[in-house]
Amino acid sequence: MFYREAGQFKTSYGADQQILPIRQDRIGMVVLLAVAFLGVPLFASEYWFSAILIPFLIFALAALGLNILTGYAGQLSLGSAAFMAVGAYAAYNFQLRVEGMPILVSFLLGGVTAAGVGILFGLPSLRIKGFYLAVATLAAQFFIVWCLTKFPWLSNNSSSGVISAQKIIIFGHEFSTPQEKYLLVLGIVVVLALAAKNLVRGNVGRSWMAVRDMDVAAEVIGFRIMRTKLTAFAVSSFYCGVAGALYAFCYLGSVEPDGFSLELSFKILFMIIIGGVGSILGSFIGAAFILLLPVFLDVLLPAVSRVLSLPVDGASISHIQTMIFGALIMFFLIVEPHGLARLWQIAKEKLRLWPFPH
Amino acid sequence: MQFFFEILIGGLLSGVMYSLVALGFVLIYKASGVFNFAQGAMVYFAALSVVGCMEKGAPLWLALILAFFIMLLFGMATERFVLRKMVNQAPISLFMATIGLTFFVEGFAPLVWGHSVRGLDIGIVDEPIESILDSFGIVVSRFDLVAALIAGLLVTGLALFFQYTRVGRALRAVADDHQAALSIGIPLERIWAIVWGVAGFVALVAGMLWGARNGVQFALTFTALKALPVLILGGFTSVPGAIVGGLIIGASEKLAEVYIPPVMQSVFGGNFGGIEGWFPYVLALVFLLFRPEGLFGEKHIDRV
Repeated sequence: MFYREAGQFKTSYGADQQILPIRQDRIGMVVLLAVAFLGVPLFASEYWFSAILIPFLIFALAALGLNILTGYAGQLSLGSAAFMAVGAYAAYNFQLRVEGMPILVSFLLGGVTAAGVGILFGLPSLRIKGFYLAVATLAAQFFIVWCLTKFPWLSNNSSSGVISAQKIIIFGHEFSTPQEKYLLVLGIVVVLALAAKNLVRGNVGRSWMAVRDMDVAAEVIGFRIMRTKLTAFAVSSFYCGVAGALYAFCYLGSVEPDGFSLELSFKILFMIIIGGVGSILGSFIGAAFILLLPVFLDVLLPAVSRVLSLPVDGASISHIQTMIFGALIMFFLIVEPHGLARLWQIAKEKLRLWPFPH
Repeated sequence: MQFFFEILIGGLLSGVMYSLVALGFVLIYKASGVFNFAQGAMVYFAALSVVGCMEKGAPLWLALILAFFIMLLFGMATERFVLRKMVNQAPISLFMATIGLTFFVEGFAPLVWGHSVRGLDIGIVDEPIESILDSFGIVVSRFDLVAALIAGLLVTGLALFFQYTRVGRALRAVADDHQAALSIGIPLERIWAIVWGVAGFVALVAGMLWGARNGVQFALTFTALKALPVLILGGFTSVPGAIVGGLIIGASEKLAEVYIPPVMQSVFGGNFGGIEGWFPYVLALVFLLFRPEGLFGEKHIDRV
């Protein structure tokens, strides 16, 4: 009843091609952004900012990056954490070694460096695909983390490669409280998500999807496979790289190479599987789900064990969490391969028809 | 020179252990087209089950049999609850489902059997063979040799099984084309259960040998990561490929670990150990650039 597009006529191409063609969506988005930029900073506590909201936005960005590569361009990657590491270390080094480098530019350059490395490791995708490529991206995962540990120059000669991010100063203002960092991350993520949305619905995105659906056919009808695949790797790694830089600067403060483990790559992969492969919105929903699930289970599992009067220790709880993660992945792949984003789409579809069933 | 051969032989023998894990991947891929990332977790689960049964008082032989049945049940459950529901989905989705399965097993196994590191004694001592040490001056562990022997027997047995038995023929038919196999009356579900059972058995053997060598612990799951470069080098569908790939990876990573760091150290300074973590991957990656289907893989022809 409230979600209906009847009566909203498009009279120009611009209006017809906008990102959110339905007025209710536009209003909803404005409200959502207003809440995120104005409402949340007023009410959220310090804990929420630093433990939930900031990591959520950063992981959503990384998931967005992987989703561009895996969801839109169809190249499965298990090395996204490594590209985050490249972004983090590159941003750190640009700050460290270039006098007067603005922090936002070094985030950007961190992303660009990650994009370069991404292209390098994307080269095999021109020859191999599918599982072979997934294994090849593991090479990136192990090699990059190893390099960061072994070349002391990259971490300014710190022991075991730990870096401590510099202060975030933009136009003379230092972003030090969680609230300020949240706003900074939110701003960057909103801009990049918008850019991604525009990218995937434009020329580039269409060629990605053509390659994903069938690369040989795409090649036959004239898509340039090499350029398409490599731009996918570049853009995806760029997003992961910026996410990595934010991860180091706005979330943890100090990071070590081993933090960017295969485990983290899998976590990001799970985000896009659960959220929705090939969906911008899905990256955000998936990140929220994967991050909130442990918080939720931490509360739920001890409660359940008390009710059933089963003694459960910490180790068992973490094992059960791992199990639940695994089971959820399988569940989603079987029941809803398009993830939570698809459920949202179905809900919108139903709302459009409501109260009539057809 | 003697040092070189010692490393080479040690590498080759540890490569045999990699092949053993890689074999589990190849079996499932050959017979169902599923790339089972959970093989490493299955190795861990199998080894834990053996140790767990022994802690409950079972002798080794009984524990082995029990663990085999546990793996069999596990394989059947996987087929029943996961794979059967994902028939006709893209191979990459199936692959991601096995990543989910990996996490499930990695949580489930220690939940049942406990996660402390335990030793596993299967009655073979890990000490150099004296006669070889005396005559050639090369250290070759008895344990490694026995492990290689077991792996060799297993591979021969499986190759014969695939080639000459009815079930083996059915397995190959299913791998070629699920639907065609179904339509000529091959029971797909039973075949998949058998394949997962066999993969469980291979995981059990690998788990026994790895567990006896390094202790039964969570790190066993990483054997899968060791086996992946072996697979891409050898080709996903080839049993001999898994063996040859394992030997190449095992030997080259040990040689790289010994000979590359000093070179890098003289160029950059600092410590460059731990090359064996990534060297197999980069080696396999470079190899793939020249021969995308692996050493023994089948050449794939794309049709629109």
